[in-house]
Amino acid sequence: MVSSILPLKVENARVEKRGNRIVGPINLDISPKGFTIIMGPNGSGKTSLLRLLHGLENPRGGSLDWNGSTETAQLHQSFVFQTPIMLRRTAIENIIYPLILRNIPKDEALKIAKEWIGKINLEKSTDINARFLSGGEKQKLAIARALATKPQLLFLDEPTANLDGSATREIEALLQETHKAGTRIIMTTHNIGQGKRLAEDVMFIYRGNILETSNAKQFFKKPQTKEARAFIDGDILE
Amino acid sequence: MSDIVEGMLAAFRLIFSLDADLFEIILLSLQVTLTAVIIASLIGMPLGAWLAVNRFRFRRITIAILNALMGLPPVVVGLIVYIMLSRSGPFGVLNLLFTPTAMVIAQVIIITPLIASISHQAIRDLWAEYHDLLISLNTTKWQRMLTLIKDARRSLLTASLAGFGRAIGEVGAIMIVGGNIDHLTRVLTTAIALETGKGEFAFALALGFILIALAILVNLAIHSISKTERASNW
Ligand SMILES: Nc1ncnc2c1ncn2[C@@H]1O[C@H](COP(=O)(O)OP(=O)(O)OP(=O)(O)O)[C@@H](O)[C@H]1O
Ligand SMILES: [Mg+2]
Repeated sequence: MVSSILPLKVENARVEKRGNRIVGPINLDISPKGFTIIMGPNGSGKTSLLRLLHGLENPRGGSLDWNGSTETAQLHQSFVFQTPIMLRRTAIENIIYPLILRNIPKDEALKIAKEWIGKINLEKSTDINARFLSGGEKQKLAIARALATKPQLLFLDEPTANLDGSATREIEALLQETHKAGTRIIMTTHNIGQGKRLAEDVMFIYRGNILETSNAKQFFKKPQTKEARAFIDGDILE
Repeated sequence: MSDIVEGMLAAFRLIFSLDADLFEIILLSLQVTLTAVIIASLIGMPLGAWLAVNRFRFRRITIAILNALMGLPPVVVGLIVYIMLSRSGPFGVLNLLFTPTAMVIAQVIIITPLIASISHQAIRDLWAEYHDLLISLNTTKWQRMLTLIKDARRSLLTASLAGFGRAIGEVGAIMIVGGNIDHLTRVLTTAIALETGKGEFAFALALGFILIALAILVNLAIHSISKTERASNW
C-alpha cells in the first residue's frame, strides 16, 4: 500500500487575481477519510478553493503541507472540472491517456480503460471521439478518467451542474461507491439536495472565506451562521 | 483569351506526349518542394508547440519576429543563400550552389516561419482548451508538446499544405540559388520564367497549368488521407 498523502494542512493560503483577494486566508485540515461538500453561492470562491487545494492556483502567501512531498501528493489526486475537458481522441483513449503518463504498459492500460468504460456504460461509444458525447457521457468519462489512476483524493467541481436527473443519479452512485472504497472526496455543489444526499461534512464558503465546517447533518439542521441559514432556506445571498 | 485556350491544349498535348524532359522537371519540382516541406514541418511544428506552451521573457517579440519572417521576400532569401553558398562564402566548400540541395535550403528558409506560425496558432488554441487538464495530470513540458502536436494534427496538416503551396510556386529564390540548369536544377516555375522570357507563351502557359494541377492533386491526396483517418477514428 502506498503511504497516504493526507492529512493536508493548509495555513493562511490565499488566492488573488489581479490584486483582488478571491479566497482566503484559508486554514484547513483535510483528513484522510471522508466526503466533503463545499457549498456557497455563485462567485463565493468554490472553484478557486478547489483549484488552490489541487495546485492549479498558486497560493499567495501561506502554505499547503501534504503528508509527504508535494510531487508525490500530486500523483495521487485527480480533478474533475465543471465543464469536462475532453481530449480530441476516442472515449477509451481519454481514459488511457493518464495511465500511459504514469508509465503503465499499453496492454494493461487498455484493460483498465475497458473496465471503466464498462462501469460507466459507455461500451457502445468506446471508439467515438469524446467531443461528440453528450454532456452526461462526457462527465461520466471525465470521472472514469480521474478514477482510473486510483487517486487517494478526488476533487470534483459541480460535476452534475448541467445534467438531468438520471445522469446525476448515475454519477452520485459512482461517487458513493468511490467513497466507500476509501477515496477521499472533496466536491462543490450548488444543489442543496445533492449536498444532503452525499455529504459527510460541509464546508460553507462565502465571499472567499470559509464560514463553517461541520458535520453534514448538523449543517443542514442547524447552521451556525446567518449566511448559511439563508443559503439553506433558499434566500438570495449577494 | 485564345492564348489561354491554346495553353490548355498545349498542356494536354505535353502531358500525353509523355515527354521525358517534362517529367524530369515535374519530378524535381515535387522532390525539392516536398523535401523542403518535410524539413520545414519538422522544424516549424515543434517550434510552434514550444512557443505555445512555454512562457519566457522574449516570447512576444519572438512571435512577432516569426510573423514578420513569413513575409520574407524570396528573392532576398535567395540572394543571402547564394552569398552563403558561393565559393567565397562561409559554406562555399560544400559546393552546394546550383544544386537541388541549395534550392531546398532556400525553400526551407522561406516556408519554415509560415509553418511555425500557423502551427503556433493552432496549438495555442488547443492548449487553451487542454491547459487545466494537462496541468492537473502533471504532464512535463515535453508530454504537453507531444500531446498537442498529436491532437492538433489536422490543423498542422493545413500548415504543411500552406507551406507546400508557397514553395511549389516559388521562383525568385530558386532561380538564384539553383540557376535553372537544364537536367539539373530546372523546375516548373523556373522553366515557366525561361519560356516566358523567350516569348513561348503557349508552352509557358502549359507548364503553368501543369503546376496548378500538381498543387491541386497534392492537396486532394493529402485531404483524402486525412479523411480515411477521420472515418476510422471519428
Ligand atoms: N481569473 C480570474 N480573474 C479575475 N477574477 C476571477 C478569476 N477567476 C475567478 N475570479 C473571481 O473570483 C470569484 C470566485 O470565483 P469562483 O469561480 O471561485 O466562484 P464559484 O464559487 O466557483 O462560483 P460558481 O458557483 O459560479 O461556480 C468570482 O468573483 C470571480 O469573478
Ligand atoms: Mg465554480
